[in-house]
Amino acid sequence: MPTAVLQTPPAPAAAEPVLVVDRLRAYYRTHAFGLDRDIRAVDDISLTVAPGEVYGIAGESSSGKTTLIKTIVGAIRPPLAVVGGSVRFRFGGEIRDIYALTPAELQTIRWRHLSCILQGSMNVLNPVRQIRHSFQDFAFPHMGLKPAAFWQAVRAHLARLDLDPAVLDSYPHQLSGGMRQRTTIALATVCTPEFIVADEPTTALDVIVQRDVLTMLRDIQRRLGSSFLFVTHDMSVHATVSDRVGIVYAGRLVEEAETPTLFRGALHPYTQHLVASLPRIGDTTRRASLPGRPPSLADPPSGCRFHPRCPLAMDVCREKVPALVEAAPRHRVACFAVSGAPS
Amino acid sequence: MSLILDVDHVGKTFVQGGLLSRREVEAVRDVSFSLDAERPEILSVVGESGSGKSTLAAMVLGRLVPTRGRILFEGGDVAAIRSRAGRRAFMARVQPVLQNPFEAFNPLKRVDRYLFATAANFVVGGGRTRAAIEERVDRALVEVGLTLAEVRGRFPHELSGGQLQRTAIARALIPEPRLLVADEPVSMVDASLRMAIVNLFGALRDRLGLSIIYITHDLATAYYISDRILIMRKGEVVERGAARAVLDNPQHPYSIALKQAVLTPDFG
Repeated sequence: MPTAVLQTPPAPAAAEPVLVVDRLRAYYRTHAFGLDRDIRAVDDISLTVAPGEVYGIAGESSSGKTTLIKTIVGAIRPPLAVVGGSVRFRFGGEIRDIYALTPAELQTIRWRHLSCILQGSMNVLNPVRQIRHSFQDFAFPHMGLKPAAFWQAVRAHLARLDLDPAVLDSYPHQLSGGMRQRTTIALATVCTPEFIVADEPTTALDVIVQRDVLTMLRDIQRRLGSSFLFVTHDMSVHATVSDRVGIVYAGRLVEEAETPTLFRGALHPYTQHLVASLPRIGDTTRRASLPGRPPSLADPPSGCRFHPRCPLAMDVCREKVPALVEAAPRHRVACFAVSGAPS
Repeated sequence: MSLILDVDHVGKTFVQGGLLSRREVEAVRDVSFSLDAERPEILSVVGESGSGKSTLAAMVLGRLVPTRGRILFEGGDVAAIRSRAGRRAFMARVQPVLQNPFEAFNPLKRVDRYLFATAANFVVGGGRTRAAIEERVDRALVEVGLTLAEVRGRFPHELSGGQLQRTAIARALIPEPRLLVADEPVSMVDASLRMAIVNLFGALRDRLGLSIIYITHDLATAYYISDRILIMRKGEVVERGAARAVLDNPQHPYSIALKQAVLTPDFG
């Protein structure tokens, strides 16, 4: 099975986590015509990421995945506002609370310790300037190197990623989509950050390029020993790269487990559906899609937000919110059908 | 046997550069296939980026004129359509669904505007009242699992990618076309929705007798839904046949490489 090349044993869980997200809530708050509206895109999410671990976040569109990582990296602009909770990173033994930092302090962390590969990130490259300028603009101020040493480091980094240093002299339109994506990954990792956030880095790439890009990401991750927060809706990508996966539904974490556990023995009905809906070559059984549609985050259903679409819904699901509890070691799930209804 | 679409030895060459540096790029090379009118089917066209899939789609839609060969839609040459009325009649029969729903809609315009404009263009006869148009738009939206109430007055940024893509498909359904050309329609949406859209294509084929050209790089959904498949590489068709037979047992080295690159979500 070719996929096996990309699999690594899960990272040890004992080490101090690099990222601790504690009861995070972030809402889009709008005030228009005297009407206040909260869109609860991130609602009470807690998770930790260990050193060297690839933590995957999965969920359907408009489930709040992108908002979650925006909040985690501190890229918060109105109307998005953090309503509660905290995000703490541990960089070099020092704990940094993202929301307690001044913008200047945050600036020193970005790129050097924490960097991002965003959705459609090939678009970060300025189309009318050669790629060298993007490296100069983004990475140079954070590296603290003299220009000659900086370019030497950039070239060495590109060589390490099997990229021709000649890309520096190209314009973005001269490169294919896959090359551009690999270049932006090189850009995001040139400062050897400890924590990398990747949002849909391979969506819209074709299968062969996707495989190359994922292999490259996994390779960088292993070489730098960085932790990854890897967001994608594509469960087969999670199966390939993520050590652990958290499933987000309507702004809440509903299940979290090590990847093989999640694929073999998912407990939450939503996760079970996600895994079962994956098409496979050689299998033509009909894949059902979930009835109903994603709930509105402005007016989410009461109780468990999944209950209107859930085949196992009970009365309690409509009234109470299930907590994310440990159902087995390193396997958390938020479902009354699993944990039993509260008396 | 009558053909709804007959693509006959079609090629497309693009010329790059100007007077001094002229370079020809052959995007599509000698591609032939046809769709039977009696047997609606989903034909998948798969291949990596740059394999000429989208160029082929653009030619079928009449957006590009083939350099060589002909494309006949219901017996008429697509490239020979010149008049506005002829173009409109053709577009009522053949509709596109594009890859990136965020680019398909102008961010400064409300989404429903496109739906109403399409409906106003294509709803014919005495039924062109506001109510008839809205009813038609709502019916198309219901086909894709949305309602007009959800979409009305919204801007593209207010809808999720999946909702936008479903809106784009609903828009294509408004004229009640014969043929849908879907260029990477699911590459931007999540797994559950991807299956919803692919199942929707199957239902449209079975219920409305719609033929669909499904352009994708996702072999798993191509296997799941399509009747026939063309595998393209560098503008040429390298392998073709019944979708499941081809993907179960690919022959061409490129098809084999493509199948191997598919990520399998299986554990032990």
